[in-house]
Amino acid sequence: MHNATLKTLSGDLAAKKFSSVEVVKYFINRINRLGKNYNCFITLDEEQSLAQARAADALRAAGRAQQLTGVPIAQKDIFCAKGWLTTCGSKMLSNFISPYDAHVVERLNVAGAVNIGKTNMDEFAMGSSNETSYYGPVKNPWDVTTVPGGSSGGSAAAVAARLAPAATGTDTGGSIRQPAALTGISGLKPTYGVVSRYGMIAFASSLDQGGPMARTAEDLGLMLNVMAGFDERDSTSLKREPEDYTRELARPLAGLKIGLPREFSAEGVAPDVARTVEEAIAQYKKLGCEVVEIALPNMALSVPVYYVLAPAEASSNLARFDGVRYGYRTPEYADLLDMYKKTRAEGFGAEVKRRILIGTYVLSHGYYDAYYIRAQKLRRLIAGDFTEAFKKCDVIMGPTSPTTAFKLGEKAGDPVQMYLSDIFTIAVNLAGLPGMSIPCGFDGKGLPVGLQIIGNYFAEAKMLNVAHQYQLATDWHERMPPGILSEG
Amino acid sequence: MALTLDDVKRVAHLARLAVNDGEARTALGQLSGIFRLIEQMQAVDVAGIEPMSHAQDIVLRLRDDAVTEQDQHVLFQSVAPQVEADLYLVPKVIE
Repeated sequence: MHNATLKTLSGDLAAKKFSSVEVVKYFINRINRLGKNYNCFITLDEEQSLAQARAADALRAAGRAQQLTGVPIAQKDIFCAKGWLTTCGSKMLSNFISPYDAHVVERLNVAGAVNIGKTNMDEFAMGSSNETSYYGPVKNPWDVTTVPGGSSGGSAAAVAARLAPAATGTDTGGSIRQPAALTGISGLKPTYGVVSRYGMIAFASSLDQGGPMARTAEDLGLMLNVMAGFDERDSTSLKREPEDYTRELARPLAGLKIGLPREFSAEGVAPDVARTVEEAIAQYKKLGCEVVEIALPNMALSVPVYYVLAPAEASSNLARFDGVRYGYRTPEYADLLDMYKKTRAEGFGAEVKRRILIGTYVLSHGYYDAYYIRAQKLRRLIAGDFTEAFKKCDVIMGPTSPTTAFKLGEKAGDPVQMYLSDIFTIAVNLAGLPGMSIPCGFDGKGLPVGLQIIGNYFAEAKMLNVAHQYQLATDWHERMPPGILSEG
Repeated sequence: MALTLDDVKRVAHLARLAVNDGEARTALGQLSGIFRLIEQMQAVDVAGIEPMSHAQDIVLRLRDDAVTEQDQHVLFQSVAPQVEADLYLVPKVIE
């Protein structure tokens, strides 16, 4: 059962092969035995999970079960869940029991899914390795001396280790796609505005998007069907006709034009990564696709632009953490200013403080035009490159990450080195486009490689079709990390 | 542009982050490295380009001026560090 997809579990529950209570107990048992090896969960609550499972079984008995009713889903600890500790991987919220549900959590609850636990993450979603969490680093199930990627490292590791069939994640600069690539699973960041950000603790409001992480494109579609949709409580939520994101899965790919940007095969890409991605493209050609060379000439600017815009927005979003209404408050202080400064210095970790300082600087008087406004202008150039490219192709492909999973501690000392590992994912967030990563092979050390698929605005159904057809012809997405099988 | 220790301290104050001399010096080194990365932006000509703040060309939705929320202050204040008589307690401001 640990290797069952959402699709399979859903079918088996519908056929009454087992109850949701049995499924949830099974996964809780696995998490209790294996979770510590990877440190992928921050909070488990067996009582709440089983209560939801019983409610799901009751829904089914009443004939009102939906597709995801009764299946366990892991929730990234950035999503507020009522009655659950919601920490965002930070000391600042280490005592915060959320009084409300995020929109995404509410929709999964209404669909009858079961919250199996809150997953570990880089603090306030700032990181690409899940090493900045107050709760300790997450370890990659493929090699526990390496990182799972970040910031949704806990969700990725949980799905890869078969501790949950699927999880929610969030992606601001690559935080769903990059950990999916490094742990050999599939992850999707939807078009900006498709998934409501209400109750999703804000990092960079014009870039953040929640999305699904699972092991197959079909499962991503099932999750997105529940997660997507208009929410009037999010001012950036888009009002669109509801879609079934799984409707195109079976379409043959013949004639599909795949754009390959020359910028995606620049130096810095590990040879094994380049090789496996080339093999994936060759596989797509066998499926009838055409390959077109395209250019994204301003792509190199995306890292500096992102590291101005995201910290600027973060400095604004994190101003609310001041020890007044919720969260950590420093124990000793002389006055209000002292209380603010110590609370924030003690409650935030080093990477978060670095980004708040950068953000505050680039928004401050005298620097706002040279940095923040300039970055917004370059953002338009970067988005414009994609608009041009999509005139020549249907989807864009390349490596999700320049390398496979690196060692714990390897890049933690130099922030700029860490930032450069986001080079292929960041531009997608700046443009607001949908992007996904699917497994396409392994390097010489047995570490997974991810293929990134970028679509035009609102092309999620087509992208899932493109991924699904590849997953029918290959089995990379079915490979399991060593040592996760032990039953008991 | 070169960052100075004074810049770090000024920005830390703006961001309401306590930072001692040692921490400010470490931050200076790391932030200088990040600013070297950001300087790459200066090499591009941006004349005539409109800033882009958002992926979609949308405007903020308006709604009717009607009460839609319920009073949940008891629930929301249950997670506060210090509350009295429905008020959040904070230390005095000293000028």
